[in-house]
Amino acid sequence: MIELYVLLGLMIAGAIISIEVKNLLSAVVAVGIVGLGLSIIFLLLKAPDVALTQIVVEIVAVILLIRATLHREIAQKSCGSRPFGAIMGILFLGFAVIAALVTFSSGLNPFGEPLMTVSRFYPMNAISGTGAINVVSSVILDYRAYDTLGEATVLFTAVIGVLTVMRSVGKKKEEDLQENNE
Amino acid sequence: MSKEHERGMSVIVKTVTRLTVGLIFLYGIYIILHGHLTPGGGFAGGVIIALSFINLDLAFGGSVSAKIFSKGSTGVVEALGAVMFLTLALIGLRYGGFFDNFLHPDGDPGQLLSAGIIPLENIAISLKVGAGLFGIFLTIIVLQKFESEKK
Repeated sequence: MIELYVLLGLMIAGAIISIEVKNLLSAVVAVGIVGLGLSIIFLLLKAPDVALTQIVVEIVAVILLIRATLHREIAQKSCGSRPFGAIMGILFLGFAVIAALVTFSSGLNPFGEPLMTVSRFYPMNAISGTGAINVVSSVILDYRAYDTLGEATVLFTAVIGVLTVMRSVGKKKEEDLQENNE
Repeated sequence: MSKEHERGMSVIVKTVTRLTVGLIFLYGIYIILHGHLTPGGGFAGGVIIALSFINLDLAFGGSVSAKIFSKGSTGVVEALGAVMFLTLALIGLRYGGFFDNFLHPDGDPGQLLSAGIIPLENIAISLKVGAGLFGIFLTIIVLQKFESEKK
């Protein structure tokens, strides 16, 4: 378990660096450390499905999207200190720590214990029930396909939102081009 | 042609991208089609396919991939994926319930053609996710170009 704590320390360091560093590109790289560490942790906890999705989405959604759309002008932007946000953050963290101490004062169960009825049913019956060797796939696309539908709807809404919000800008650009051509 | 050579990254990056981008695309298809056998599935595979297109844009500069896969067609493909997923769910109503695995008796576990509708659902989700993410990427690229031209 020592490698988990090493990775967690690396992730915390990456998160702090990404906040403190002035260059936006360096901050993106530091955020990438957090995602990569999380992916390796998923792999160590024997969840290769989640690890694969995590690293791929991290690369596309965070690093490439920011790297490709990075403006040199906003790279050096800095904002003043916001005492209200800091106070609220410290208050929230304090409440979270106190709540965790109160809740877990009697001790935590070991990882993966106790095994619930539902989580025992899926590994036992997935292969004979659905015919899929990959149990994770049989859960997300057969037993819990409703959840996947909701997830797909969320993504669909996000894409529609982005396309709608940025549509007027794209149209303006085409008009400008036409005017230039004329 | 000379303009294309000036844009984007160096010749080394362009050559490597030209060699590897097809392999990345194939890997995405493999991940999708083997989603019911190996780790991965529609979501990760769709993102990998979107990644192969984004890779072209990054290496060659501008929106090269928009000539292959335009912004309008990303919306169409994404909607097709969503409709395919819902259609599979609704066909299940005829056989027993929403998302019923109506193809289940066909195929042995472990074969590529098995697990009923799960591979089809993986394909639907990959179309949705890949086209959706690539559409967002293209939209933001167009916005950035517009803003830089305004300045």
